[in-house]
Amino acid sequence: MSNVGIVIVSHSPLVAEGTADMVRQMVGDEVPLAWCGGNGHGGLGTSVEAIMGAIDKAWSEAGVAILVDLGGAETNSEMAVEMIGEPRSHKIIVCNAPIVEGAVMAATESSGGASLKEVVATAHELSPS
Amino acid sequence: MTASDFSRLIAAAADTIAAHAEELTALDQAIGDGDHGLNMKRGFEAVRAETNGFAAKPLPDALKAVGTKLVMTVGGASGPLFGTLFMALGKELPATPDRAALTVAFNKAIEAVAARGKSQPGQKTMLDVLQPVYEALAQGKTAGEIADAADKAAEATVPLKALRGRASFLGERSIGHMDAGARSTALLVRAVAEAIEGH
Repeated sequence: MSNVGIVIVSHSPLVAEGTADMVRQMVGDEVPLAWCGGNGHGGLGTSVEAIMGAIDKAWSEAGVAILVDLGGAETNSEMAVEMIGEPRSHKIIVCNAPIVEGAVMAATESSGGASLKEVVATAHELSPS
Repeated sequence: MTASDFSRLIAAAADTIAAHAEELTALDQAIGDGDHGLNMKRGFEAVRAETNGFAAKPLPDALKAVGTKLVMTVGGASGPLFGTLFMALGKELPATPDRAALTVAFNKAIEAVAARGKSQPGQKTMLDVLQPVYEALAQGKTAGEIADAADKAAEATVPLKALRGRASFLGERSIGHMDAGARSTALLVRAVAEAIEGH
């Protein structure tokens, strides 16, 4: 698929899955989408391995935008991008945006065929800073 | 460093984290999300389980493998942060480092952790222990003195206001508690220092 992929990374699998449901309601199957949440051991947290898997699942040659909730999700996502490495890491961006609104807005932008830069910019507009 | 030396370091690190897991969790419950002890224990037990494989590698590769294992198993932000510390040490250290090489590599590793956490010393994090440990290394202090410096530095995070991580959400209320990551860093420094000194 040529549309930018969206990855949702929350500490909670329920939040991640629920956010993905809201994205699907907006854009159906037009956007590659994957989510992950939880530390992989039944607890709250984020897992680098799971994030790498979600990026693979939502992979698009147009790139992937990652939406995260709290700090650890961001740190683990950045680590996952680094471990995926070149050349794909250049096409993956961790967004600075609220996770639910950011994911829905980014996916909506992506569904219209926007570039990774445009998708990320749309998500960033939601952030106060 | 021989394979048995490296095995001893892994055991010392995993032992101290296991012995203090509840304390670390309690520190993290006070001003964080309360998973630090369990997360660190899970990570270091995963490293311990592969001790032989890691210890058989040259030192730089062994450290990188330990870091990668921590990244993959810790499950919180501590995974990438402690993982980056070990991976960067592995990247910067020669196979048989002397004190000077260790000092240079340690400084580079601190920079890598700071970049990973978008942080700097003074923000109530593990960096507040790593920086004084580097300074003690650079000043030629003994292993015991370095371990003491690490403990003192962890204590010194108590009056600080957290500016990074979950504790920063509490603002002023983070003052008066020791940072859990600073404590676990000091524990690791002491374990490694004592294991090396006891050799």
